[in-house]
Amino acid sequence: MEIVMAFVIGILFMTATYLMLSKSLLRIIVGTGLLSHGAHLLILTMGGLKRGAAPILGGNAESYTDPLPQALILTAIVISFGVTAFFLVLAYRAYQELGTDNVEEMRGTQKDD
Amino acid sequence: MRNTNNIILETAVKVLLFFIALYSVYIFTAGHYYPGGGFIGGLMTAGAIVLLLITYDIKTVVGILPVNFRILTAIGLLFAIGTSAGSLIFDAPFLTHAFGDVHLPILGDLSLHTATLFDLGVYFVVVGVTMTIIQTIGEDE
Amino acid sequence: MSLLHLAIVAPLILSIFIPIFNRIFRRIHTGWFVLPLPILLFVYFLTFLPETMSGKLVSKMINWIPSLGINFTAKVDGLGLLFSLLITGIGALVVLYSIYYLAKNKEMLNNFYVYLLLFMGAMLGVVLSDNLIVMYAFWELTSFSSFLLIGYWYERDKSRYGAQKSMLITVFGGLAMLGGIILLYIMTGTFSFTEIMSQANEIFNHTLFVPALLCILLGAFTKSAQFPFYIWLPDAMEAPTPVSAYLHSATMVKAGIYLVARFTPVFGEHFLWLWLVAGVGVLTMIWGSVFAVKQTDLKAILAFSTVSQLGLIMSLLGVGAAALHYEFLDENIYTVAVTAAIFHLINHATFKGSLFMAAGIVDHETGTRDIRKLGGLMHFMPITFTISIIGAFSMAGLPPFNGFLSKEMFFTAMVHVTEMDIFNLETLGILFPVLAWIASIFTFIYSMILVFQTFTGKYKPEKLDKKPHEAPMGLLISPIILVSLVIIFGFFPNLLSDSLISPAMASILPSLLGAGEEFKVHISFWHGPTIELFMTLGVIILGLVLYKTHARWKKIYKGIPEKLALNRFYDFLLEGLQSASYKVTNTYMNGSIRSYLVYIFAFLIVILAATLFGKNAFTVSTSNVSSIGVYEVALAILVVLGSICILFAKSRMTSIILLGAVGYTVSLFYVLFRAPDLALTQLVIETISVALFLVCFYHLPKLRKFETRMRFKLMNALISVGVGAIVTLIALSAHSSKLFDSISRYYVENTYTEAAGKNMVNVILVDFRGFDTLFEITVLAIASLGIFGMIKLRLNRRNEG
Repeated sequence: MEIVMAFVIGILFMTATYLMLSKSLLRIIVGTGLLSHGAHLLILTMGGLKRGAAPILGGNAESYTDPLPQALILTAIVISFGVTAFFLVLAYRAYQELGTDNVEEMRGTQKDD
Repeated sequence: MRNTNNIILETAVKVLLFFIALYSVYIFTAGHYYPGGGFIGGLMTAGAIVLLLITYDIKTVVGILPVNFRILTAIGLLFAIGTSAGSLIFDAPFLTHAFGDVHLPILGDLSLHTATLFDLGVYFVVVGVTMTIIQTIGEDE
Repeated sequence: MSLLHLAIVAPLILSIFIPIFNRIFRRIHTGWFVLPLPILLFVYFLTFLPETMSGKLVSKMINWIPSLGINFTAKVDGLGLLFSLLITGIGALVVLYSIYYLAKNKEMLNNFYVYLLLFMGAMLGVVLSDNLIVMYAFWELTSFSSFLLIGYWYERDKSRYGAQKSMLITVFGGLAMLGGIILLYIMTGTFSFTEIMSQANEIFNHTLFVPALLCILLGAFTKSAQFPFYIWLPDAMEAPTPVSAYLHSATMVKAGIYLVARFTPVFGEHFLWLWLVAGVGVLTMIWGSVFAVKQTDLKAILAFSTVSQLGLIMSLLGVGAAALHYEFLDENIYTVAVTAAIFHLINHATFKGSLFMAAGIVDHETGTRDIRKLGGLMHFMPITFTISIIGAFSMAGLPPFNGFLSKEMFFTAMVHVTEMDIFNLETLGILFPVLAWIASIFTFIYSMILVFQTFTGKYKPEKLDKKPHEAPMGLLISPIILVSLVIIFGFFPNLLSDSLISPAMASILPSLLGAGEEFKVHISFWHGPTIELFMTLGVIILGLVLYKTHARWKKIYKGIPEKLALNRFYDFLLEGLQSASYKVTNTYMNGSIRSYLVYIFAFLIVILAATLFGKNAFTVSTSNVSSIGVYEVALAILVVLGSICILFAKSRMTSIILLGAVGYTVSLFYVLFRAPDLALTQLVIETISVALFLVCFYHLPKLRKFETRMRFKLMNALISVGVGAIVTLIALSAHSSKLFDSISRYYVENTYTEAAGKNMVNVILVDFRGFDTLFEITVLAIASLGIFGMIKLRLNRRNEG
């Protein structure tokens, strides 16, 4: 399963990168969303998959899956939500102020050129 | 946010909301032993309020829940920092938690953790943050 | 924290309260609150005199960063005490002078005094720190405070230019010095100066010895305005005159001299040290004095004269290092150079300080410092005239003032150079007295110009803005005290010899002293008809002739380009650096997010691939994989399909829904991978995110694809495939090669015993790794406030205008 997941993660990263490289702000934000999914799965996979019961004591399990990556990912999920929201509002405000969602048009012109 | 004026949704929400809210409180308190905790509980509560927002409009929701969510965030942060710093009074390192078992007449054995207070801070922050974000965007027309 | 440490940081502490005093007591000049401190410190440092005179050291230590060997060790020895007394003594006089110089209502007094106190504390730190890193920190602080003081009238272009110039040059030197300190650390393994000194003989043949020597000297030369770094000092004259008197003649510029004196026991025996210090010193001396004659601004003359005098002291220290090569104390004729250096250091502070203050008074009362406009002020300002003439005669080396004595000793030392038989000095040594003598003639000329062009000659009222009159008493007190010292030290030089000069010499040349010995210093007026006397007579006669005729031969200076070549070089370098870096930056920082992302991703690919294959880290092993079930395969296909479909989504709604679908599938993955907390969180987050996206997208325009060119698309595709491939390879390798055991065993075992919880993930979050969570919710709070601010605060142009 880990091998399969490696490829799934690779594809997630690939599509995320492609979206982030485009010029539309919306696609960039969607790309960051995909990127965080990929990163979360990567952390989880690196710790090993299905190595025992869910990390909750009781239930007479012999072994548990690694709880540390899960804690890290939980933090990461919430943070990425905050960052995505911030980014969304940034895009929205930039669009309001500048009238475009094309990042190439947002570059502006240098005054002393 | 637009008023959807959807009778089915409105009726369903009135019932569902309490279940979601109750469940979110349960999931928060159970966090130390079962899946759940401050993050999930907070998000679920926020989700319930968002559902309310989608069904009704912002003014109605502000009328029902006259909470300044930014202050809620601050309270949450204070809770978290206060609980962490509390251990300093007892000459223990920052963030040391304590726990103990208490026997109450009707409820039976209770296990009390200062970690739950910390988690409550997380809960408040998550609710506050999520709602601040959604509300400010929603209000901006 | 001992009283000594407190004394060093006291100015810094007081500086915190200055703005408060300034605010509360608006009617009282802020300077009055500052004045008691330097006086108090001066008295405090005087109490150390008996200790240093008996050859003892006072050393107090505070541990600061003991693991790196950095401790705040304050050490009072002869040299440090001499400088401390100069800093606090002149400091007190300058503060007193500034109270009358800077108007209470017009100037930003709290800025001025905060900077001044900052400087005072920093300078005390430099001269009293034994630990070189601490010394370096204070050293840079003096550069900063000097920068702030030069730029005090920051609305003037020239002030900013001068401030920047001094900052760049002195901080450059400071960094070089830091390099030298680190080299010393590599050689000796300690930052403590005392310990480095005790190892001086062992490191003498180390390969890093010469680089360290050069680095330290670079720091000293830039700070003390030696050739060719002196160019910052004339521009520093844009500072208020009290500052020029304090920093740029009496104390800060002498930090370099302090450094050279301090390091003489370590480096002094090397021939480079003697040649560089003495050579650069003499060169600076003659260069400064020759160009001082050319200046027409009173302060510019004084600035170049300071450069020249600093060169004089520097050259004396260089020659004095020769004493280390003649290990017999009694007839060691070279120690006189060190004596002269210290004596002149004190003398220079007195006469140059008074001259600066007098120049400030002239400026204050007439509105100009241009000697072409000034003249005949003797009748209007008799006291200022007296001060100036005493100061200038002392500077020119005329009897009976203290400058005469140190100049005589200077000649003695320079003449002795010809008798040296080391380092080729037997042939080239003759240059030293000759150059010194020529420089002294020019010193005589500019001293005369300074006084007589200003105070005698024809009075030109039409060129002055104000009607000149004598300065108020408050302005005169400080220069009067200084010129009294000029006279007192002139008649009774031996007041200083035992109390200050001899202990300071003991710090500079400790190896010449046995236990319990001390330097016998006796300064006398009359040596008999020696060669020095004839040199002085020659200076006076030739100087008088040249002064009388200087109007005629001054034209020669016109032959030199108007802008000094060195200044032009500095400007050229600065502009070149600026435009070059601007160009370089512009080529890659083109404002396009896409380009930046391309750099980031390209580097990601290159670096990770290089590491992966360079270190042979890439392995694939299928031995330890978990089983593949039907559900997992289905989910994997869903995720892959969903993410690829987003690439081709035509509308924004489709892309949100697809993103949501991927998110929900990922949360199902968490279910299968036994992570219930994650699954729950992901589910709720995904729901809220979709709501958020919908709300935001409601405001945003329709999804448009801007990229049309095939080349653009191909490039993007190439990079994204590269990123995907490299991440896959890393995921495979990370799974296949487990270098360490998982640390989570600790959590599994201790979750119940230590934290009395059963949900390990939650316990890790709130207990074991609570700090992470604490900061995470802080980040969240900041993000939400940022969003709130972005939407609610509209500080844009439209609303303002």
